[in-house]
Amino acid sequence: MSDPALLALTALLLPAVSFLVLAIVAPLRRHGHAAAYLSIALSAASLVTAVAAWRVSAAGGFAERLFSWIPADAGPLAVVGVLADGDSTLMLILVALVSFLVQVYSLGYLSDEALPSLGRYYTYQSLFAFSMMGLVLAPNFVQLFICWELVGLCSYLLIGYWYTRPEAARAAVKAFWITKAGDTGMLVGIVLLWYQTGTFDFLQLLQLADTGLIPLEGLGVITFCIYLGAAGKSAQFPFHVWLPDAMEGPTPVSALIHAATMVTAGVYLLTRLVWLFRLTPDVMEIVAWNGAFTALLAAVLACVQTDIKRVLAYSTVSQLGYMMTAIGAGFASAGFLHLLTHGIFKALLFLGAGAVIHAVATNEIFQMGGLGRKMPQTTIVFVVGALSLAGIPFFGGFFSKEEILGATMAGGFPGAFAMLLFAAFLTAFYMFRVIFIAFGGTPAPAHGVAESHVHDAPPFMALPLWILAALAVGVGIFLPLVRWEAEFEALHWITYAAITVAVLGIALAYLVYQRRAISAGTLATVFAPIRIAAEHRFWLDDVFAGIYRSIILRFSLIVGWVDRYLVDGVLNVLSAWTLMAGDRLRRIQTGQPQDYVYGIALGVIALLVWIRWPR
Amino acid sequence: MGLGAYLTLAAALFAIGLFGVITRRNTIGILLGIELMLNAVNINLVAFARFNADVVGMIFTLFTICITVAEVALGLAITILIFRIRRTVVADHLDLLKG
Amino acid sequence: MRIPVLSIITWAPFIGAVLIMFLARHRPLLVRWLALLSTGTSFVLSLAIYWAFDRTQADVPFFQFYEELPLVPPLGINYQVGVDGMSLLMVLLTSIIIFAGVFASWTVKERSQEFYALLLVLVTGVYGVFISLDLFVLFLFYEIAVLPMYLLIGIWGSSGEIRPQGIFGWALRRTGVGTKEYAAMKLTLYLLFGSAFILVGILALYVAAGSSTFSFLEMEGMQFDRGLQSWVFLAFYVGFGILAGIWPLHTWSPDGHASAPTAVSMLHAGVLMKLGAYGVVRLGLGLLPDGTQEWVWLVGAIACVNIVYGALSAMAQTDLKYVIAYSSVSHMGVVMLGMATLTETGLNASVFQMFAHGIMTGLFFALVGLVYEKAHSRAIFSMGGFGQMMPGIATAFTVAGLSSLGLPATAGFVAEFMTFLGAWQSTHPWWLFPAVIGAFLTAVYVLRVTKQIFWGPKAADPHFQHLPDAQGPEWVALVLLVGTLVLFGVAPGIAIGPVDTATLPLLLRLGGAP
Repeated sequence: MSDPALLALTALLLPAVSFLVLAIVAPLRRHGHAAAYLSIALSAASLVTAVAAWRVSAAGGFAERLFSWIPADAGPLAVVGVLADGDSTLMLILVALVSFLVQVYSLGYLSDEALPSLGRYYTYQSLFAFSMMGLVLAPNFVQLFICWELVGLCSYLLIGYWYTRPEAARAAVKAFWITKAGDTGMLVGIVLLWYQTGTFDFLQLLQLADTGLIPLEGLGVITFCIYLGAAGKSAQFPFHVWLPDAMEGPTPVSALIHAATMVTAGVYLLTRLVWLFRLTPDVMEIVAWNGAFTALLAAVLACVQTDIKRVLAYSTVSQLGYMMTAIGAGFASAGFLHLLTHGIFKALLFLGAGAVIHAVATNEIFQMGGLGRKMPQTTIVFVVGALSLAGIPFFGGFFSKEEILGATMAGGFPGAFAMLLFAAFLTAFYMFRVIFIAFGGTPAPAHGVAESHVHDAPPFMALPLWILAALAVGVGIFLPLVRWEAEFEALHWITYAAITVAVLGIALAYLVYQRRAISAGTLATVFAPIRIAAEHRFWLDDVFAGIYRSIILRFSLIVGWVDRYLVDGVLNVLSAWTLMAGDRLRRIQTGQPQDYVYGIALGVIALLVWIRWPR
Repeated sequence: MGLGAYLTLAAALFAIGLFGVITRRNTIGILLGIELMLNAVNINLVAFARFNADVVGMIFTLFTICITVAEVALGLAITILIFRIRRTVVADHLDLLKG
Repeated sequence: MRIPVLSIITWAPFIGAVLIMFLARHRPLLVRWLALLSTGTSFVLSLAIYWAFDRTQADVPFFQFYEELPLVPPLGINYQVGVDGMSLLMVLLTSIIIFAGVFASWTVKERSQEFYALLLVLVTGVYGVFISLDLFVLFLFYEIAVLPMYLLIGIWGSSGEIRPQGIFGWALRRTGVGTKEYAAMKLTLYLLFGSAFILVGILALYVAAGSSTFSFLEMEGMQFDRGLQSWVFLAFYVGFGILAGIWPLHTWSPDGHASAPTAVSMLHAGVLMKLGAYGVVRLGLGLLPDGTQEWVWLVGAIACVNIVYGALSAMAQTDLKYVIAYSSVSHMGVVMLGMATLTETGLNASVFQMFAHGIMTGLFFALVGLVYEKAHSRAIFSMGGFGQMMPGIATAFTVAGLSSLGLPATAGFVAEFMTFLGAWQSTHPWWLFPAVIGAFLTAVYVLRVTKQIFWGPKAADPHFQHLPDAQGPEWVALVLLVGTLVLFGVAPGIAIGPVDTATLPLLLRLGGAP
């Protein structure tokens, strides 16, 4: 088995098998644990296959395996299959790895769940793994869109996993609607692109792009539409509002879907299509600026959150903004690199947060405090994740974040660069704000849970944490050593600037929340307008709610009323008139036979007169 | 006697029958009126057959007589049924067809 | 001797109906078994012909399993039947829906003998329309398919409540809106009104073809006068279009579907509405290429109205059955839009959407029926949290909903996606946008309803605390329909392959680029 496409196909189909078995064989699903073991076993096998596929295809080149999907007279209209190359198999590994680790972790995290419910969870997980891998390996736009929607479906299902909680049910629907709005744009883009070029296939499109055969007229609209889909999935402004709410799902789900894999699909898509986007520099500029703006906006929002998962969620939005900026600046490889490292350390952070939540049964950081002593292992891995995110040297995020900053500068976006740099400062600040509040200090007095219960995570949960932490550190040390083929000349001062702002951010957090040298209250007063705006999430959620309630729902009520009382009303008027005419006419019928005879006689006479009338 | 005399008789008979149907309040009377009208037609048919030397008219008359018998039988049966149900055979009271 | 397989498929339900009327008085179980046996025969044979259908003949209009029997030779009326790829799929759809429908109405208590007999007669009519190649016979079958509806809704239906208001409120009060009798009467009158147009159109073609044949196959070879084509196409469009729920002649459909009993809603929304669309394609596009070209802008524009208007109306409803009924109006717009594109992709999408929507809406109505039977409510906003109590029904409803909003891996996606492609290829590319907006609006109302009823917190109402899931025969219907929906979504080729052999000749005749 040295055909990477075949290996990738196997990796793709293993979770599909798991999903099908669990979906069809109800007793297995209801057993819960059996479902979990099956899903984990197949996802481990999938991981191994993915690594094998990567080893073969890392050398370069493309390997495809295609199957006709929608037939048409002149060759199939749409095909499905796999396209294995260096990037896609690398992403495949990330997906398979995080998916596997999260599934293992969930065994511990969801140990209190009812068994059928656990089976349902692993069914969704398998479906997600399959769809995400299908997305990663998609050889054309059709399969990409199919899997794109399917991961959206899994996201919807898993956010609403605890659907009896009203917030979870609402968040699930919200996530689906907002990403669907973006996807609608993307679908239009795909249709238009197909009309322009006559193909969905990435490789054929790449060839066309290389030979300059893609008509440039109207291409900007197409790439913008595709970007809309990516922005919806990757939570770019203004579509980012769904991601923080998506934290209603179980924490492992947040780690897998809403941090490491699915939300990065938009970034991945743009990385794959960067040759197409390069043809439309205007759209690239939008991508870059919107990315930088999103990064900064989300970083500000993260600073005022008190829910540990929401901090991480906004941080994810912010980091996605970073990646988008790099792609927009023209250096997709930097964005892709950050995607990979971010996938690892953000999964680590979420799983760490999950361990904390599992132990203390609350999301509020102000109800935690002093966890450092009670959960030393968790603290260590969480700090590793935070350092990676903040961009401290020798940790995972440092190198990739610096690459992005360099790329932004090199791409000619100093303004965006400044925004990103400031966002980097805020990133370090808000992450260590969480650490100093939750892990440092003293236990919060108001907390109701018996303190003795707070302990480190059980082995099922601890193992994935340590693996991810090791990877985060390993990547941090390993990456600068290998020569990453940089596409640009990074300025030297950027490295120092990046380190400086990160350290400054940590220092500020330390002074405010650990040493309390600077009062948090003072900070709050100084930045009152921003703080208030951020606490209201810049009113963006209200805008979306307003669009939904005041425009869509109200308009639908009007249309519904018009249909019932006007369109159908006209019809009823016609039938009412018929009924009324009948009412008038029936008076003629007296029911007296003699009257009818009169009628007949008169009729006969009239007929005779008419016939004999001299004309 | 010429054809005109027969036709006059038939016309008179028909007019009497029609008058009966219209003015009679009793259902049986109405039925009798209908009988008169039918027989007026029969006279016409027979007269025409006789004067035109065509036997078809006679045959038609036989048919008419048969049908008349059936009609009277049915009509009387209905009347009796109505009487049993409604306790009346006065046509004015039988206005089920009134719209 | 060849087995007249199409006639067996068509007449098996009719024979079943006769047997039920004569043999099964006061034996409700026997009624069901007879119904199952007769529809099962049709179902199995439909699968068999679907399997045996020759898919290689793409170049000539080619009707397979052809049968012929002279009925009134002097007038040129013959019993001619045969299927091409398009009617093949429709026959399969009918078989699946009625087979599932027999299971879904297993619990009908009142006069079940007459109920099943009428249902089976109706199905014979539907099969007949799909396979007839003689316009006169087609019209006969069409009437057979329409008329039993009146009794089925009028006797076994359910009444709702609609408060008359607005400037036409007096008229609504006068007509008794909301009752099942009203719905039955409205539906029947509307459809008969439409069939008058169809009859006029058929007779006009008959006269124009020399008053010697009603045969579709012979008419297909003729070139009718342009002016004639123009108005006959309009007649067919209005006549069949009423049944397909074109705006603004769609208002029979929400009332009719909401009042009808479960199996009748399934059959009506699932199959009979397709009859209308099928009629427009078969007789309109098939016989009147010039007329089609002339009026296609109207067909497409009204389809766009249907899509968006239907979706918005569905969103405004508070009665679950009305939501589904309006969603049919919206989805039939997709069918008509695909047809109006006059492209290979669009036409295939149109036929595929007929199938996909038939299965999907059949499933929807089956589920609404089950929910009603267990919770005795259709008021969306009084229910809640049913997902815990009836996971099977909830899951099936979610699958149907996802298919309805065009989620990949369900049949709905394939149809919508191809419609979009076809729309942009057509001469009126702007049709793409209403279609896409409609798809998004569908996501809004479907998920809203799904969340409210199934995947949300439990309702406070004490009646909704302990409800059973689907049981016994009901499962058969659900599994069959969900399975079909997913199977055709994952492997659309099994349907589009044969359909393509039927649509290509149509397009060649239309002179459009395939």
